[in-house]
Amino acid sequence: MGATVITITSGKGGVGKTTATANLSAALAMKGKKVVAIDADIGLRNLDVVMGLENRIVYDLVNVVEGSCRLRQALIKDKRIENLYMIPAAQSRDKSAIRPQDMIDVCDQLRPEFDFILIDSPAGIEQGFRNAIAPADRICIITTPEVSAVRDADRVVGLIEAEGKGPALLILNRLRPRMVQRGDMLDTADVLDVLAIDLLGIVPEDEAIIVSTNRGIPVVMENTSRAAQAFCNIAARLMGEDVPIMELEEPSPSWLSKIANLVRRH
Amino acid sequence: MNLLNQLFGGRRPTSREVAKSRLQLVLVHDRVDLSPQKMQLLKDELISTISKYVEIDAEGMQVNLTQNGRQCRLTADIPILSARPKRQ
Repeated sequence: MGATVITITSGKGGVGKTTATANLSAALAMKGKKVVAIDADIGLRNLDVVMGLENRIVYDLVNVVEGSCRLRQALIKDKRIENLYMIPAAQSRDKSAIRPQDMIDVCDQLRPEFDFILIDSPAGIEQGFRNAIAPADRICIITTPEVSAVRDADRVVGLIEAEGKGPALLILNRLRPRMVQRGDMLDTADVLDVLAIDLLGIVPEDEAIIVSTNRGIPVVMENTSRAAQAFCNIAARLMGEDVPIMELEEPSPSWLSKIANLVRRH
Repeated sequence: MNLLNQLFGGRRPTSREVAKSRLQLVLVHDRVDLSPQKMQLLKDELISTISKYVEIDAEGMQVNLTQNGRQCRLTADIPILSARPKRQ
């Protein structure tokens, strides 16, 4: 028994791995689970600022692996939500400071005490990515509906299958329903068709994400935006609940905007 | 873009449709690590190998990578002109 280890990865950078890790960790903790989020992006630490815990760091993941502190000392407790913890990445080191086996060992020590361990993977497919997926029981691939992000996601899906860690689950991030409706953005069905993996959830583009990151308060803690609702739904699915995929259809466009679209297209 | 125009019945495809077909094409090559250049080599070698046995229409030959889910498939459609007479 013990914790389920979930790694959030993407291939391409900037598609929302850290935001997803912060929000899913917070959402799971709000649902009563004991959760630790681990930043595996050694040298490019960011989960701390997104979660708003940057001022509380004393020790980091590399300190734990090198034995210069105990695991418990690197665990930062979030004071806003019961049962939410974070282990930061080292900022002044690089990815070679940690090996896949180190990640497995750290997670094995944490498993008996937690329900979920979420790992924020670095971008890319090199050692940092290998470290992040090594201890994973499940892997979530996050992508945006853009050709470059989907292509990189496909590469990662292939690597995960080759490692015997599949099937990966897809989170489609920053979807803009209006752009999809006017034929200017890949839809969920298009991305699923191309990647041929199972969908875990869709998160709409939402300015609330930028505002919450500015403040260091994950959106789910305020729980009013659509993105917050989407992350809460995904967290519920990770707990095994059967939550229908969020309807993102906008009300059908007025005749005026239809004409505007026609004019734009021709 | 001619191929795309044909695919979408003459009308100009939306950028969403263009994105999807470009992705499908690039991913099928990514997955099997076969660049268009290597595909051409493969096609040339197929022609020379098969031509040892039967006379084929090299111009009308179609070699494609297709995908079904995450399973990739190499299909070759090779029109045969005539079987070479067997040596007596």
